[in-house]
Amino acid sequence: MTLKLTNVTKKFGSFTAVDQLSIEIPEQQIFGFLGANGAGKTTTFRMILGLLDESSGDISWNNEPVDYSKSNYIGYLPEERGLYPKLKVSDQIVYLGRLRGMKKNDILQELKKWLERFKVEDYFDKKVEELSKGNQQKIQFISAVIHKPKLLILDEPFSGLDPVNVEMLKQAVVDLKNEGTSIVFSSHRMEHVEELCEHLCIMQRGKPVVHGALKEIKRSFGKKNLFIHADFDLNFLKDLPGVVGFKDFPEGCKLQIESEEKSQDILTAIQGKGFIRRFELEEPSLNDIFIEKAGESYEQ
Amino acid sequence: MNNKFWIVLSHTYWSRFKTKSYMITTALILLFIIGLANVQSIMELFAGEDEADRVAVIDDTGTIFDSLVANLESTDSDIELTNYEGTVEEAKEEVSAGTFNAALHITMEDDMPAASYHSNQVSASGLANQLENSMQQIKIAMATNAAGIDQATIEQIYAPIAFETVMIQGEGDDGPQKSEEDLNSARGLVYVILFLLYFAVLTYGNMTAMDIANEKTSRVMEILISSSSPVSQMFAKILGIALLGLTQFGLIVIVGYVLIQQKKDEMVGGFFDYFGLEDIPVSTFIYAIVFFILGYLLYATLSAMLGSLVSRIEDVQQLMMPVIFLIIIAFMIAMFGLNAPETSFVKITSFIPFFTPLLMFLRVGMLDVPFWEVGLSIIIMVVTISILAVLGARVYKGGVLMYGRSTSLKDFKKALQLSKKE
Repeated sequence: MTLKLTNVTKKFGSFTAVDQLSIEIPEQQIFGFLGANGAGKTTTFRMILGLLDESSGDISWNNEPVDYSKSNYIGYLPEERGLYPKLKVSDQIVYLGRLRGMKKNDILQELKKWLERFKVEDYFDKKVEELSKGNQQKIQFISAVIHKPKLLILDEPFSGLDPVNVEMLKQAVVDLKNEGTSIVFSSHRMEHVEELCEHLCIMQRGKPVVHGALKEIKRSFGKKNLFIHADFDLNFLKDLPGVVGFKDFPEGCKLQIESEEKSQDILTAIQGKGFIRRFELEEPSLNDIFIEKAGESYEQ
Repeated sequence: MNNKFWIVLSHTYWSRFKTKSYMITTALILLFIIGLANVQSIMELFAGEDEADRVAVIDDTGTIFDSLVANLESTDSDIELTNYEGTVEEAKEEVSAGTFNAALHITMEDDMPAASYHSNQVSASGLANQLENSMQQIKIAMATNAAGIDQATIEQIYAPIAFETVMIQGEGDDGPQKSEEDLNSARGLVYVILFLLYFAVLTYGNMTAMDIANEKTSRVMEILISSSSPVSQMFAKILGIALLGLTQFGLIVIVGYVLIQQKKDEMVGGFFDYFGLEDIPVSTFIYAIVFFILGYLLYATLSAMLGSLVSRIEDVQQLMMPVIFLIIIAFMIAMFGLNAPETSFVKITSFIPFFTPLLMFLRVGMLDVPFWEVGLSIIIMVVTISILAVLGARVYKGGVLMYGRSTSLKDFKKALQLSKKE
């Protein structure tokens, strides 16, 4: 059940939201979909779901087009959360669950399990508008997964949640994957993506700039991070050949270097200058890759 | 797919049905109808407390009092006359004291009776009118008697003229022309349908638009349209709310029927006569239902389409304005057409789909319209509804993903563009 996007393009008038996107989302994995705001993530999701028609290209799931006949196997957590504010949680989930082809009794059974898992059992009979934003989000999440979808699309699932709830939902996502759900997931939080995703894709202005397995991406990125803590001024390292990034810290600095070989030149350069407490070569973080590839200013 | 249509429909129906506002409105309408049907009893209830009007009559002539009593008895009025022995001044005082409602002073002037009416109740003018009428008749009787004219001649003079309206049959018309009575009865039914359609479009059209706008503002729409197709959802909504309307109308009809059964005697000839609901051909009823359903579908589809364009509830009213204008215009033309159904203006406008349900129905009800004209207008309506449905579905698909502030025709174009491939 791989989801395959081939040369997918979406134009709104003269504006191209998604440009020649070709990705393959493997089965039973969590696929990270990254990009700055306005990079075309939500548009892509909407095309996968059939809410928008692609201008050109092809989207297939298990070699078949995705249409409403498949909607019972698809779960969707939209970026803009939406539930009926005046409806009770149970009525709400029953309606949305039935629209995904479930029977009422099964829905109620599943709903109770989920509410218990998220430690909100007493919300069963509450109206959605009475819940806090974070709790509404749990209900929204339940509505997306109640029918045990084979394909789950999560658009910013953890935004606005406290760390405890983020962990709770993260664990739920991992469990769903282990039960056989393919998950596409977008986030601005790189650490979440790094933690959850095997494969990912970084979008920039509708174009995929990085695409592949996380480890592969990190390795082929080439650049490494070098942390140096020392007692003397390290500012002169900025101008050394091979150094592409420099960030000053109270205890020292973080260098971004073209390749790991360059670290040895730097070591030579700082030797004898004073006391060095730390000299550490690190893999680049996804955050570094994102900032460089997506090219947009981005706060962690 | 099909299954989901029913899920949306029943959800739309039940979630609205269970709201307090729906139940209260329905209860109020039913109460109003029960009140309307019992309006006579209610008025009698209050009237029963009133005593008969007491009038002191000072009869200077000495002869007219008896005729007046006899005359008033024949008119079935509730007036109690007393032959007052005192003077006019005394009578007036007693009126002021409340013993009498009024005093009537009858005199003779030039051999003809005259009267003056004294009362301190302005509202008792009905009483004065009744007395005046009776006095007038007595005067006429006396005058004609004095002139030596016999009773038969008088009756002849006052008998109403025989005035009959007869339609001349035109060459192209098949079947008999409608008589004035048929026309009146059709007019009554047209009135009823006119108001029903007007009411239904305003209330339920608005409800459809609101329901959709509501799902859009709460953003639940995106989940909904990812689970089932927007087109089937749009029609499930339209029909769900139509059913809601039918429930309300159904209750009204049942309550109305029960009331009519109970009060058959008083109502036949009253209400029914007024609205001309007796002796209406079955075909007119069928046309009424057909045009009502088509009219509702047309306006509801339009409302659903507009409802999908707004992103805030507050904007619904604004966008619904054109729809409301359309139905108001149709209503005005229909009002004009009730008195001039054969004018070419009514004829032409009856083919414009937004006006057809009112105007074509008015024409088939009141005139003998060739069947092809009716058929053509129905086809035009069905085609328009289909076009609106296809267009509406596309606007709906694009519109529900569109969140902006403005409410203009630009949105309409944008929504269509969104649902397009490019």
